[in-house]
Amino acid sequence: MNNSLTDKRNKRYGDYVNAITPTTSFWKSLWNSFWIGGLTCCIGQGVFDIFKMIFPSMSQDMLGNITSMILISVAILFTGFGFYDVIARRGGAGSFLPITGFANAMSSASMEFKTEGLIFGTSVKLFSVVGPVVVNGIVWSTVAGLIHLIIFGRI
Amino acid sequence: MSIVLTYLSVFGIGGLMCSLAQILIIKTKLTPARILVLFLILGIVLEGLGIYKYIYGFAKSGISIPIVGFGALLARGSIEMARQVGFLGAFAGGLVKTAYGVGAAIVASYLVTLIFSPKSK
Repeated sequence: MNNSLTDKRNKRYGDYVNAITPTTSFWKSLWNSFWIGGLTCCIGQGVFDIFKMIFPSMSQDMLGNITSMILISVAILFTGFGFYDVIARRGGAGSFLPITGFANAMSSASMEFKTEGLIFGTSVKLFSVVGPVVVNGIVWSTVAGLIHLIIFGRI
Repeated sequence: MSIVLTYLSVFGIGGLMCSLAQILIIKTKLTPARILVLFLILGIVLEGLGIYKYIYGFAKSGISIPIVGFGALLARGSIEMARQVGFLGAFAGGLVKTAYGVGAAIVASYLVTLIFSPKSK
């Protein structure tokens, strides 16, 4: 008796959740992430090409560094003003896979915990979202370097 | 004409990477953090096998702006430093190469946090 009532309530709740969850169709979210991600990459390429025109003798690596620094700074500024949420709501993967999403995750976590103080709030939570990326990146790139060393030796 | 083609391939390949991640989110219910790590390791593997530079040849920013490029940069730094310095270099190289981006992100995040207050949800 009691059991069936619980079942009924759970079913009602499930229906309610399904009814109010915004339904974005599969293809639409795919298209949104496609064009937002593609546009971000095109902006990056644009910054790269402009700096290549201004400093023709600069190395490829340095140009890449400048490009990602500019994109990161702009994305963090956007996060501060609250513009990035608007992009993230529509973009899905298109907003977090590019380097701008990395920057947004970092700054939004640090801003959110500002109320707990600069040391124990901001400084501790800065890496709460991007920590896995940085840690795994360092560990596996070190492994790659060591494997390379074992196979090819030192030059 | 060639510049239009370059930007088209940047747009297409960058978009393709992001929609691949979007399919992973919808179909497998992986969290964004796991997908980021997955793509990062993909970048490290591509660079380690030496395939990344051929993809970069036609994809340009389409592959270097997504997190795959970050992973490839880490692996390239570690491998280069391992060749120059030896065993110890493998530990430092990844950080040295990516220090520009990560440093800028940390400093800018800190400054933005000092200036702006979080928006109430």
